Amino acid sequence: MAGPTTTTAKVDYAAAMNLAPVAPGDWLVVAPVLIGLLGGAICLMARKNVSLQPKLAMFFLSLLVAANVGLLARVLDQGVITMVMGGWLPPFGIAFTVDPLGATLSLIASVVAFCAGLFGISTVDSTGRRYGFYPFLVLLMSGVCGAFLTGDLFNLYVWFEVLLISSYGLLILGNSRVQLDGAVKYGVLNLIGTNFFLIGTGMVYGVFGTLNMADIAIKISELDAPASGTLLTIAVLYFLAFAMKAAAFPVNFWLPASYHTPNIVVSAVFAGLLTKVGVYALLRIMVLIMPASREYLADLIALVAIATLLTGAFGALAQSEIRRLLGYLVIAGIGAMLAGLAIGTNPEVTTTAISGTIFYAVHSIIVMTALYMAAGVMNQLGGSYDLRGLGGLYQQNVAFAALFLVLAFAVSGLPPFSGFWPKVILVDAAFSDGRGWLGAAILFSGFLTTIAMGRVWIYAFWRGGPEGTPDGQAVAPADGQSAGTVIGATVWVPLGILTAMVVYFGLQPEWMIDLSARGAAGLVDPLGYVRSVFGDQ
Amino acid sequence: MRTVIFRTIAPYLSALMVLYSIFVLLRGHNEPGGGFIGGLIAASALAIFGIACGVASVRRAIIVHPMSLAGFGLFIGAAAGVISLFTAQPFMTSQWWPVNLFGVEIKLSTPLIFDIGVYLVVVGAISSIALALEERESD
Repeated sequence: MAGPTTTTAKVDYAAAMNLAPVAPGDWLVVAPVLIGLLGGAICLMARKNVSLQPKLAMFFLSLLVAANVGLLARVLDQGVITMVMGGWLPPFGIAFTVDPLGATLSLIASVVAFCAGLFGISTVDSTGRRYGFYPFLVLLMSGVCGAFLTGDLFNLYVWFEVLLISSYGLLILGNSRVQLDGAVKYGVLNLIGTNFFLIGTGMVYGVFGTLNMADIAIKISELDAPASGTLLTIAVLYFLAFAMKAAAFPVNFWLPASYHTPNIVVSAVFAGLLTKVGVYALLRIMVLIMPASREYLADLIALVAIATLLTGAFGALAQSEIRRLLGYLVIAGIGAMLAGLAIGTNPEVTTTAISGTIFYAVHSIIVMTALYMAAGVMNQLGGSYDLRGLGGLYQQNVAFAALFLVLAFAVSGLPPFSGFWPKVILVDAAFSDGRGWLGAAILFSGFLTTIAMGRVWIYAFWRGGPEGTPDGQAVAPADGQSAGTVIGATVWVPLGILTAMVVYFGLQPEWMIDLSARGAAGLVDPLGYVRSVFGDQ
Repeated sequence: MRTVIFRTIAPYLSALMVLYSIFVLLRGHNEPGGGFIGGLIAASALAIFGIACGVASVRRAIIVHPMSLAGFGLFIGAAAGVISLFTAQPFMTSQWWPVNLFGVEIKLSTPLIFDIGVYLVVVGAISSIALALEERESD
């Protein structure tokens, strides 16, 4: 740039660079990523100081929440905002483009991470802290937020890598044999998925010569045949890659094989965030960039969605290990989100369906994290993660039992909690689009989920004690746990925040419905997105 | 590996390699080189020192833990992009501060800070892996 260039002619930088001054408020676009990176680096340096670490990390995570609140407010106020790194305009430079969808998910993810950080204070011991739980958590958030906020395909890949590398670290935190086994399955499948992602991205660059999402979206919409052979290949590669990351059928087996191995708070973060980043990427690519290919592949996506819904629900019914059971429920949720992606041939129905998917993603992020945390509390109270070894939790702690019931209702999609509304939207859209089977699958999967959660409720909470306890008799819990095991504030507060959100989105859904509708509208009609990057041409 | 010749020469060799790695780091902006390759050279210097004189002496020599070094590198790398906040320019816009030192113009800049960050991340990350592997070997 300013090096010893041999050109003597005056270079017109205005053609390639954004020379207009940037308002400090626009820095909110990169603030979540920056806070994640800077905070992660500081936590990494303070790794050995186990008592300082949680304070540092909580400071940065709350800063992250604040930045995301500011970002969402700004996006809702001013529409889509873009910042180009180093001032270089696309297609040369990398753009961060934030629309309501990205900002919403980024905010919800950071709230969940804040709760997880708080929960980790009591569940992650000093060895786990020394091995870097908090640095990994904060860096993971920088990857997650970066993936939600970036407007560049290759940059999306980079943020995926950042979050994956952090997640490998979190996964093997205890260094036990089971964890390494789970991490290998998780790692290998994710690497394969990443390879498909890279191949697809390479093909996109080969065909269009640009990696900026808005740029590709324009170039594809200007084509005569926007769903031709090469483009379909790219679309299928992306679909496969992100279906792997999102744990959709038939590439879902890595999730139940690995999510029960790490520390419970790590499982909670993973269940909440990682698969949803895959769903987000699918939304971005299939709806914003390649809408024609999405319509062409709609039947395939619908089939995958139905299979995923059923695999998840039946898998949950078959499990007696709570963490594995919840893992299958994550998969069932992914099925519901994919269903929204399959619906719609006219823009109106598509927008409704996509808004259902976005709302469901928000709901799933919150409720799955809360359920995994609740599983951790159940283990703390009852001394086991297995339904056979649990019992009598209702007697031990009525408040916790009530909280669990709320979460169980929410994940099953029963009113009046957050799982109800996105399912209503999705089922309604499915039936109005003539995809009755898809709607039926969502309802049936919800029904099976209700039974699975009912099983947990009956075994772990209602009966008197673990397996073998005679009916009508209450037994003191095993392992010398007293009936009055105290649940500390660092457990109650995060669980309480998440459950309150579940209740709030159930009782006051208008706000979130409106927000997801705006997010969906921005995807289906990318004009605002494109204008934000290239100006009003 | 721990012959007398190797043990005698290794400290000098490592010192030279670290010096050379800094040279590679600094010339990197306009010519081949830079933070990444410089960091690799420095990490291999530490690795050679570790093979010859033991991992404990390497850890003593670099004072801080290699992972902390990497964390610091990440921090200044990210912080280098923030400086353009104060000039109302986008994230990571490069800032230049030419300095005249004994008649030679030296261009200090944010890309240089960023490159030093990359250098430290690479030195820290690679050498912590290398040292862990060498430690396992000597058990």
